[in-house]
Amino acid sequence: MLLISCPNCGSRDETEFHYGGQAHVPYPENPAALDDRQWAQFLFYRDNTKGAFAERWLHSTGCRQWFNMLRDTVTYEIQAVYPMGGGRPDRAAPAPESGTASTAPDSTTTGTAAPDVSGTGTGSASTTAPEGATE
Amino acid sequence: MADTAALNGINGLREIRRSPASHLTAAMEAGSVEGTVTLKEGPFQTMVGLRVDPRSEEGARVAALAGGLPARCGEVGGADGVSVLWLGPSEFLVVAPEEAHDSLGGDLIGSLGAALGGAPGQVVDLSANRTTFELSGTRARAVLEKGCSLDLHRRSFPPGTALSTEVGNIPLVLEKTGEESFRLFPRASFADFLGRWLLDAMREYASPEVP
Ligand SMILES: [Zn+2]
Repeated sequence: MLLISCPNCGSRDETEFHYGGQAHVPYPENPAALDDRQWAQFLFYRDNTKGAFAERWLHSTGCRQWFNMLRDTVTYEIQAVYPMGGGRPDRAAPAPESGTASTAPDSTTTGTAAPDVSGTGTGSASTTAPEGATE
Repeated sequence: MADTAALNGINGLREIRRSPASHLTAAMEAGSVEGTVTLKEGPFQTMVGLRVDPRSEEGARVAALAGGLPARCGEVGGADGVSVLWLGPSEFLVVAPEEAHDSLGGDLIGSLGAALGGAPGQVVDLSANRTTFELSGTRARAVLEKGCSLDLHRRSFPPGTALSTEVGNIPLVLEKTGEESFRLFPRASFADFLGRWLLDAMREYASPEVP
């Protein structure tokens, strides 16, 4: 059982949540311009990452809000919880990425500590909900 | 379930209204252990689903009328017998006595709708959506802990707070009204299951404690 720290509600059991698949999959700018293969790629093809994976979660039994989470698919360690629409906290600003995905200081939390739920590192890191939700 | 025969609903339908766990009334009476843990279904209530951005102008109007909106998870707003439970950052459940319903002479729903006006949000009559179980006694917390994973100790769940969670796998809003008393708001279709689940969980406290 995972203990997931909802940005609004604090730590809750995994059973209160629903999984929403890979995060940061942009909707095509012009869907009508895609051919069948590209459309299928958008709809059905997802990364099968071993390691840190950014995914969407819904706190369905609680506040019914969506958020993003960075989770290690091997150890299940939750590395960060951050708002939808924000960038991956383990990647430097826009995306000059190449293998050495450094982990931002605010997202290196271990199993015992609550993840920084603010996503930016500027908010309070308490387990109670910070104001301002992900909408 | 209080018999409020003095009230007359629309077209007299109030008289034939039955609460979702009314068939368990006798079982709940028999299963209650006075002073240890008691269970009963609460009276009908007026419940309003409210969606509004609390930081907006319309949010302030609605808050003024409802007696204050809760700012975060766990908080309960409201005043004068009206409770406003936090369901989400912009979603709330207003719980008021039955008489507050517009069909029974009150004006809660209409006035909330008027306060919201044409602004983004919604005010929906959900009075028949959920029922209320009232669980109290020295063992009430122990009963809930059999099927709820939240920390129900007063250090993290003090009186006057409410949380959306699951009890016995049933999604509900759990409100702590006093040191040893709780209100549970399950949806109507879960009332039978949850009522029987609670009775089962209470049963051990009817027997003398094994030393
Ligand atoms: Zn939540």
